Amino acid sequence: MGFSCHSTDFEVHRNWLAITHSLPISQWYYEATSEWTLDYPPFFAWFEYALSHVAKYFDQEMLNVRNLNYSSSRTLLFQRFSVIFTDALFVYAVHECCKCIDGKKAGKELTEKPKFILSALLLWNFGLLIVDHIHFQYNGFLSGLMLLSIARFFQKRHMEGAFLFAVLLHFKHIYLYVAPAYGVYLLRSYCFTANKQDGSIRWNSFSFVRLISLGLIVFLVSALSLGPFLALNQLPQVFSRLFPFKRGLCHAYWAPNFWALYSAFDKVLSVIGLELKLLDPNKIPKASMTSGLVQQFQHTVLPSVTPLATFICTLIAMLPSVFCLWCKPQGPRGFLRCLILCALSSFMFGWHVHEKAILLAVLPMSLLSVGKAVDASIFLILTTTGHYSLFPLLFTAPELPIKIILMLLFTIYSISSLKTLFRKEKPLFNWMETFYLLGLGPLEVFCEFVFPFTSWNLKYPFIPLLLTSVYCAVGITYAWLKLYVSVLIDPPVGKTKKQ
Amino acid sequence: MEKWYLMTAAVLLGLTVRWTVSLNSYSGAGKPPMFGDYEAQRHWQEITFNLPIKQWYFNSSDNNLQYWGLDYPPLTAYHSFLCAYVAKFINPDWIALHSSRGYESQAHKLFMRATVLIADLLIYIPAVVLYCCCLKEISTKKKIATALCILLYPGLILIDYGHFQYNSVSLGFALWGILGVSYDWDLLGSLAFCLAINYKQMELYHSLPFFCFLLGKCFKKGLKGKGLVLLIKLACTVVASFILCWLPFFTEREQTLQVLRRLFPVDRGLFEDKVANIWCSFSVFFKIRDILPHHIQIMISFCFTFLSLLPACIKLTLHPSPKGFRFTLVSCALSFFLFSFQVHEKSILLVSLPVCLVLSEIPFMSTWFLLVSTFSMLPLLLKDELLMPSVVTVMAFFIACATSFSIFEKTSEEELQLKCFSTSVRKYFTCFTFLPRIIQHLFLMSVITMILLTTMTVTLDPPQKLPDLFAVLVCFVSCLHFLFFLVYFTIIIMWDSKTGRSQKKIS
Repeated sequence: MGFSCHSTDFEVHRNWLAITHSLPISQWYYEATSEWTLDYPPFFAWFEYALSHVAKYFDQEMLNVRNLNYSSSRTLLFQRFSVIFTDALFVYAVHECCKCIDGKKAGKELTEKPKFILSALLLWNFGLLIVDHIHFQYNGFLSGLMLLSIARFFQKRHMEGAFLFAVLLHFKHIYLYVAPAYGVYLLRSYCFTANKQDGSIRWNSFSFVRLISLGLIVFLVSALSLGPFLALNQLPQVFSRLFPFKRGLCHAYWAPNFWALYSAFDKVLSVIGLELKLLDPNKIPKASMTSGLVQQFQHTVLPSVTPLATFICTLIAMLPSVFCLWCKPQGPRGFLRCLILCALSSFMFGWHVHEKAILLAVLPMSLLSVGKAVDASIFLILTTTGHYSLFPLLFTAPELPIKIILMLLFTIYSISSLKTLFRKEKPLFNWMETFYLLGLGPLEVFCEFVFPFTSWNLKYPFIPLLLTSVYCAVGITYAWLKLYVSVLIDPPVGKTKKQ
Repeated sequence: MEKWYLMTAAVLLGLTVRWTVSLNSYSGAGKPPMFGDYEAQRHWQEITFNLPIKQWYFNSSDNNLQYWGLDYPPLTAYHSFLCAYVAKFINPDWIALHSSRGYESQAHKLFMRATVLIADLLIYIPAVVLYCCCLKEISTKKKIATALCILLYPGLILIDYGHFQYNSVSLGFALWGILGVSYDWDLLGSLAFCLAINYKQMELYHSLPFFCFLLGKCFKKGLKGKGLVLLIKLACTVVASFILCWLPFFTEREQTLQVLRRLFPVDRGLFEDKVANIWCSFSVFFKIRDILPHHIQIMISFCFTFLSLLPACIKLTLHPSPKGFRFTLVSCALSFFLFSFQVHEKSILLVSLPVCLVLSEIPFMSTWFLLVSTFSMLPLLLKDELLMPSVVTVMAFFIACATSFSIFEKTSEEELQLKCFSTSVRKYFTCFTFLPRIIQHLFLMSVITMILLTTMTVTLDPPQKLPDLFAVLVCFVSCLHFLFFLVYFTIIIMWDSKTGRSQKKIS
């Protein structure tokens, strides 16, 4: 499947291979020949460096920084193989996770065992397949690292888990979003070695040794990663590359989060305002947020949003779940839920969120889905809408049948297998949710097949994207709120399952 | 069936593999002046759309038969006409007379691939699903696994979606025919099979078993009563369907003769290009094509073909049964492939279809055969730059079969359906107990040889004096395999007694 087409991400990674291979370290974060500058932390740069040494046996030309948009067939081959190869780590992580879950007692058949369903849901995750193998990224092995660290927590090997997470952070800093969950969990459940009878903190069981050792791990990993750049006095430059706030609130295509709904609402209000003559047309800035360029824009009716505002919103959204994790710890399972909530909250309120970030929440959620029926239902809504929101990533005609068929495959399998697993409890979806999920079909037909042939295609070309992101935003928000409610009202003690 | 969603998943998986293979190159891509089968199909759309029916099969200034003239029966022509009709709505340049020669573009490739997918979806895939659902005495899970493995068979996918052909239409119709005839819907079955023959004349390889099976049924019903009625009804159905398909060409004798001349080019010699059959392999040692005169070649090939398939066909006529029917299809098609005239390497697909059908009964040997059949087409696939999809689909198929049927555990004498044969042989040679082990060793050797040859063909350059060395080696090795399989399947048919049929089916 991977050998057919490629996207800009392919050129991004080729460029990084070239940069790390041909230039000295001091130039890595300064190099700007191509527009796709290095904006991942140093470990990823070292990873590309290692890959580039294998790459030179495939095609020497791709390692030349000046060869912008170079893509011979051998280059393509090498890149695809590297993703497939590094996915081995993901497969190992899935294997470890399957050992940890203790799902419902199910039927005797292999296909009905929770372990099988979980591994199928993870390995054949549509989003991961699309993003990694067609669109091209390395999320497979990064997610593998995260899942592995979660598995280690389930297996009570906290130090390893912490180490893996620290390493992961220095591979891709987007995982900072879930760092609060890790931090609070480790502090609460690992540094405080015992709880009181009712589950609250026993202050005198604090273990300094554990705290110090955790701190040491994090410090060592960071030193290994950022050390060279600290020595070269390049830290500010590195950070400015890692956190580019010049980009706009929303990506070219709006990620289906809260700001998509906010912007859509703003647009609706401005249109109404114009119609009712409440607004002065001259005051509205010409460029609209939907024209597709990644720049900074203002909202017209509602107050504009700054990076600081999004940061505060994200923090506030994460706070209840983190608080829950502190006050009523439920072992690794509680940690997992908090992690998912943090990932979702940051997706909902983050600055310049990419829709691929939904995978951060979907993959860990798979682990929960084979446990309880409520979680399964939330997982299915989240995953179906999340995957559908990835559709605009593949927009060429040859990819259309693939994405539809794969999406159908994954959705049908996940819904039916989870329904069979939980068939003794009440149905997974109520009528509203069923209606919503079924509505995705007509939406797809409209956006891809009907709209391009109507006259609106020329006047308002962004309408399919807008509809997709608003529709998915509704679903994702609903799933997020439902999960939050289920976490908050869960009784504190007596629910810690033996893993 | 309870597990409908798993069956849907299997079908969707098959569709995914098909479409992803179709994103690769096709036959003759970017190779003027003749291009390849893709251009042939496009050209037929051009011819059938722009010229009147009477000129389709004739040489004229508008229709140069040397440049991919029509050489399939009328149903293919009608299908091309239908596709051309749709093409006209999208972009008339694709089928403009003369000026569209060698037309290649992304949009056109998408259109052509889509026509293959739609034809597949309408005809072949429903037949496979229905066949698997109707299998008796196996669990639902095994039915779905069988469907998945059949849909993942690499040979058909690579030829139809890679090289570019419409084999799924003719094979699909043949499969509907087999379904109909096996479950006593004789008239519909024979109608479907006639449509298959009228789509591609190579389906005649399957015609003898159909004929013998139906004749056997008539005999069983008694030739004086119901049998005769059935015989007459079948004859009428066949004649009617042929007349219907050939109607425009029956108006003049010359038309009919010309079409027949195009369908059966007896002037072209015993074989063309490298194909894994006896004559091509034999010609490595003995240049039979150059030495013997033409009509002698035809006679020899005729004799060998019929000698090798006669025992099975006679047995089928005397004891008609669906199981015997399936196995006779295999052995007949294989005999034709090995010994017949003007065989193309793609004709192995005609043997692969019946073998797919017996996948659930003898998984080990069927999987082995299907792997060899894909391997035998290696030179063709390499020419079309389909190495990567070939490797991936073959591995996927192998993994699917190995896990669904746990083939490596099913190599005992009983599982291989050789119990009766072995018992008979042991009457003369009491030490004949090592058959399963031999077969396992042979399998291992065969796989190693295939992998070795593939690697050599891809990485090494052939020596100057023997530029076709690797292609000939591939054909020779495949031919040896096919001879072995012919013997094996004939043994199964001949030694399949009544006790054999009541054996527990493999679950």
